[in-house]
Amino acid sequence: MNKVQVIGTGRYVPSRIISNEDLSCIVDTSDEWISSRTGIRERRISEGEDTSIIATKAAIKAIENARIRPEDIDLIIVGTITPDSFTPSTACKVQNNINAINATCFDVTAACSGFMYGLDIATQFIRSGASKTVLVIGAETLSKIINWKDRNTCVLFGDGAGAAILRVSNKEGILAIYRGSDGTKGHTLTCSAVPVSNPYVIEENIINPVSDKVEINGREVFKFAVKTIVNGVEKLLEDTNCSLEDIKYIVPHQANLRIIEAAAKKLGINEDKFYINLDRYGNTSGASIGIALDEVVEKNLIQPGDKILLIGFGGGLTYGGLIIEW
Amino acid sequence: MVFEKVKNILCEQLELNENEVTIDTSFEELGVDSLDLFQIIIEIEEEFGIQIEDAESIKTVREAVRFVEKNSGEVQ
Repeated sequence: MNKVQVIGTGRYVPSRIISNEDLSCIVDTSDEWISSRTGIRERRISEGEDTSIIATKAAIKAIENARIRPEDIDLIIVGTITPDSFTPSTACKVQNNINAINATCFDVTAACSGFMYGLDIATQFIRSGASKTVLVIGAETLSKIINWKDRNTCVLFGDGAGAAILRVSNKEGILAIYRGSDGTKGHTLTCSAVPVSNPYVIEENIINPVSDKVEINGREVFKFAVKTIVNGVEKLLEDTNCSLEDIKYIVPHQANLRIIEAAAKKLGINEDKFYINLDRYGNTSGASIGIALDEVVEKNLIQPGDKILLIGFGGGLTYGGLIIEW
Repeated sequence: MVFEKVKNILCEQLELNENEVTIDTSFEELGVDSLDLFQIIIEIEEEFGIQIEDAESIKTVREAVRFVEKNSGEVQ
């Protein structure tokens, strides 16, 4: 079995910053309400760039940092729930933008776990020998699927992308992987695609119109999120015979500070162990862990040999995580 | 007893002293927001092995205790 290493990361967020104060001008909310319940202070919102453009910009950074050429890449995986189009996939659009002519490309739909599933798949492709150099991107333009009149959801999300390059190596960098899904709770976090509409649809088969904007059952998702962080961290540590002291940082999906605080409390660890940037970006779904990981790398918070634990959870419901040795 | 266990959960989650929670205390008085309530309900569900569907209707310690007694078989 081949070994895998993460050799570079990148991120891109749109330049337009929208503060809580800004949002209070379009919905009935306040900075105090948003920041005390979520920890979010501002988010980046696209002024027109779609997901493939945002993804491409993060990818270019990751390619530079990994010191590879686009033609070295043989697989591109994009985790997104906000693609530009049903077809072509976001990954194929990125391929075209960066001229990665040797890559096979596809998107993964796992909402906020998209980047985790992408890293997982990349690892399996490299381990099996099917790929040597993989570009994984989590990219979202959530602003286009948000109900901007719903003050309970529109304050939570932001746009952006995070990317990583994984390559076959003589040293193992992926120490453990955690993954799973629970479709029975899929209804707790939804955003519909186009309904069935054709000349042969039978009226009685038309179900009540479902929202094409993000809808969340806050309590169910909160419960799921806290449990996932706790179970994921415990399982990943168990699988690697590591203790929390061996982990430099936990990078959780950046959904809500209160989720992270609740999980930290249950795990009996200090919140400082968690790398948090949701105050600046809000919840960027599949992009959040990639963005955070790139910041951790850029700030030199991890050195070669350090271990970092990533844990994601989201719509589907889906969840996944990894321990990476840098 | 149920009240003691609920009180412990509240004190733990909200970092309160025991004497700040009585059977007549309302969540509003304790400054509980919707996310605190999520956490409290999760802990109560785990402690008593029950499912609470309509959490937003529970507004006081007494209502929480009554709900648990009715649904868990545990009595005061």
